[in-house]
Amino acid sequence: MFANRNFNWQMVLGFEVHIELATLSKMFCGCPADHFAKAPNTQVCPVCLGLPGSLPVPNTKAIKWCVKLGLALGCDINLFSKFDRKNYFYPDLPKGYQITQYDIPFCHDGELLGHKIKRVHMEEDTAKLQHQGNATLIDFNRSGVPLVEIVTEPDFVSSDDGILFLKEVQAIVRALGISTADMEKGSMRLEANISIKRPDHPRLPDYKIEVKNVNSFRFIKKAIDFEVNRQIQLLESGQTPVQETRGFKEATGETVSQRVKEEANDYRYFPEPDIPPLQFTKAQIESWRKELPQLPAQVQEELIHKYHLSPQYAVIISGNQEMYAQFLKNPSKAMADALVNKRPVQTTPVAEVNQEVVNKILAANPKAVADLKSGKQQALFFLIGQVKKQLGNIDVSLTQRIIEENISK
Amino acid sequence: MLIDETIASLANKLKKKEISPVDIAKECLKQIEKQNPKINAFITQVDSKAVLDQAKKIKLTTPLSGIPYVLKDVYVTKDLRTTAASNVLSDYIPQYDATVVHKVNSAGSILLGKMNMDAWGHGGSTENTDFGPAKNPWDITRVAGGSGGGPAAAIVSRMCSFAIGEDTGGSIRNPAGWCGITGLKVTYGRVSRYGSIAYASSFDSVGPTAKTAEDCALILQHIAGQDPHDATSSPLPVGDYLSRLEEGIQGKVIGVPKEFMGEGLDPKVKKLILVAAQKFTDLGAKIEEVSLPTSKYAISVYYLLAPSETSSNLARYDGIRYGNGRDKFTPETMRRIMIGTYALSAGYYDAYYKKAQQARTLIIKDYQKVFTKCDLILSPISPTPPTKLGELINDPVKNMLADIYTVTTNTAGIPALALPCGFTRSGLPIGMQLQGPMFSEEVLLQAGYAYQQVTDWHVRKPQL
Repeated sequence: MFANRNFNWQMVLGFEVHIELATLSKMFCGCPADHFAKAPNTQVCPVCLGLPGSLPVPNTKAIKWCVKLGLALGCDINLFSKFDRKNYFYPDLPKGYQITQYDIPFCHDGELLGHKIKRVHMEEDTAKLQHQGNATLIDFNRSGVPLVEIVTEPDFVSSDDGILFLKEVQAIVRALGISTADMEKGSMRLEANISIKRPDHPRLPDYKIEVKNVNSFRFIKKAIDFEVNRQIQLLESGQTPVQETRGFKEATGETVSQRVKEEANDYRYFPEPDIPPLQFTKAQIESWRKELPQLPAQVQEELIHKYHLSPQYAVIISGNQEMYAQFLKNPSKAMADALVNKRPVQTTPVAEVNQEVVNKILAANPKAVADLKSGKQQALFFLIGQVKKQLGNIDVSLTQRIIEENISK
Repeated sequence: MLIDETIASLANKLKKKEISPVDIAKECLKQIEKQNPKINAFITQVDSKAVLDQAKKIKLTTPLSGIPYVLKDVYVTKDLRTTAASNVLSDYIPQYDATVVHKVNSAGSILLGKMNMDAWGHGGSTENTDFGPAKNPWDITRVAGGSGGGPAAAIVSRMCSFAIGEDTGGSIRNPAGWCGITGLKVTYGRVSRYGSIAYASSFDSVGPTAKTAEDCALILQHIAGQDPHDATSSPLPVGDYLSRLEEGIQGKVIGVPKEFMGEGLDPKVKKLILVAAQKFTDLGAKIEEVSLPTSKYAISVYYLLAPSETSSNLARYDGIRYGNGRDKFTPETMRRIMIGTYALSAGYYDAYYKKAQQARTLIIKDYQKVFTKCDLILSPISPTPPTKLGELINDPVKNMLADIYTVTTNTAGIPALALPCGFTRSGLPIGMQLQGPMFSEEVLLQAGYAYQQVTDWHVRKPQL
């Protein structure tokens, strides 16, 4: 029994998303940032190896891209910001500390698809450990690659809800052209924080499980659903789940314990003395905002309202820059058909959307309904997502029509 | 001796072909062979043959060309062992040259070796070293000062012409004072730190050590400036240290902070500082008493913040990458790592690290206020003449207090020039320091130059 069908328990789900930026050079040195499939330790220098005497010099393009991502995610930007050191020992961290941002991230308090984004900050990636038999080898090509971390509030109540959000983040990152956001190559990495509580319990649970190293949307959904089930069983048998980090086994669809956090790590954060604090101006931020391309949600809205395409088509076309550019050359239904049919369209059984389910969803989500009434198109996608969650595969156009009819009543 | 002369004088003779770089190099090598066994100034010597080969080939492109120099062993040198005076790095061969090393070598100076110091800069006497203490050339039962004792001792005993020192809490000035030479702690950011093995990143500064203010001006002219490898290096234009050197100090106001002249200051040192003040009056400056009320917190601030940074900076020497393990750290270094780790820990950060940062801001403001009333500040460097070997290393608190007049400078980031101002009756050198506002190196060097035109402390050398 999954949490979203089990009304005794409510899922508390949040995400940390890491995006490796596709800048030419690394975050604090001139080495190439693109490390995929390169011979190990061929893209290294004194700085990213943390050799004695070396100093970090921040990559201004990476900082700008991080801020632009924050803007695209509806964040406020801290005009004064800084880097901090996070001190801990691990073989993939040659300096003994990671340069990251602690109390003043570049971006904070954003919102996407009705979910709160706590912060978006800049840091450096670690080296990559390769386990070979009894040996562990270290490849420093990845050390110091610019990494953006997006942290959400734990305000997701279902895995579908989460996947919808994560896909939108990926689409935005790609629209900005700042990363390939390719999960298989590790340029987009997902971490889910999962716990469950009684629906009427006002506070967050006093434990949380981190699920890490999952490299597809499908698997993260499976992992979340498995995890919720596991935690319900534990709690219903009177046990509290152990606070730990778990991985996902693709073969069995199970999560497995990786590391139990005995006690909270003390990272001894302090301001990075090798990098002066950063001061942006409002004008600078606004000029970067003006540089933002049309984001997927805006494109979808345009396709639906201006060109009267179905939401299904809109999602497909908005998710592919090339296709969208093609469509604009001859914005017609025929062109959309041609473009969409050129690619293999997933055929899915259409579950019947009944009025009753839609009514229930609308009643349970008054804020989204109000948003939609006030013209926020994103709320529509959210509501469609909720219906989809209840019924599985649905006819999106039909669902949209039913929702819109209900709203206009 | 040739090496008694200033760099400018040597450069002039080289240009006129009265002497050759080989002549100077030979003299230094001979002096090293003779004096270093008594002084222990070197950790690593460059092979004599390589030095002479280089001297033969050198092209005279700058006044520094063909001039032999040494480095505090905190600067990484490509293919030449760099230890920071610690057994943790006892066999470490760097992959690259520090920016300052690159600049001095490009100017044509000839590197003779890497010098003794307190390990990682942790100390004020060059006793906290894994290579045996450096001895004071004026009295080998006494310390040479620290942390840069090796470079200072080598200069005063004429083993080289100049050195690149590094000052985190007094490490250029303290040994300059106790060895009777001239050293400049530059404004934070004036000279690139890239390739300087970090002790405390927000305090470390790279500067020249030599016999005279004029030499320091010449060297600074070559090493100052912004570096794309150091984000904390300043974009401000480099001053004109040399051509304006003779402008004098007529009409300048020199403040003497009462907090630096009171309790704990050896009367012999105090007397010489007052005599020097009179000399500045004779040169046309006006002496005034000033106050730096927050300076009494400087030792506490420095010994919280510098260890905090060092606890992080030294984390990379984890026994995996550089050969030797953490057990090779000395007790003094372990003490600093422990203090810093504690000050940054959850639950203590606000009471220690954060509080110290707030106090640091107050010290900076104090200086800013004083510099509205005076152009320069005159003070002692160390509260006492050079101590006996063993005196400081066996008393950690006394060791910290030896820095009492120097750490405020690094805490505020301002520059300071250390220069000799006399001798005790038993023949030990005493130094003084002039501090100035941010980026006031020009004025400091002018004052030092003016003083050295009418005194001869800086030309005296020990009889070894």
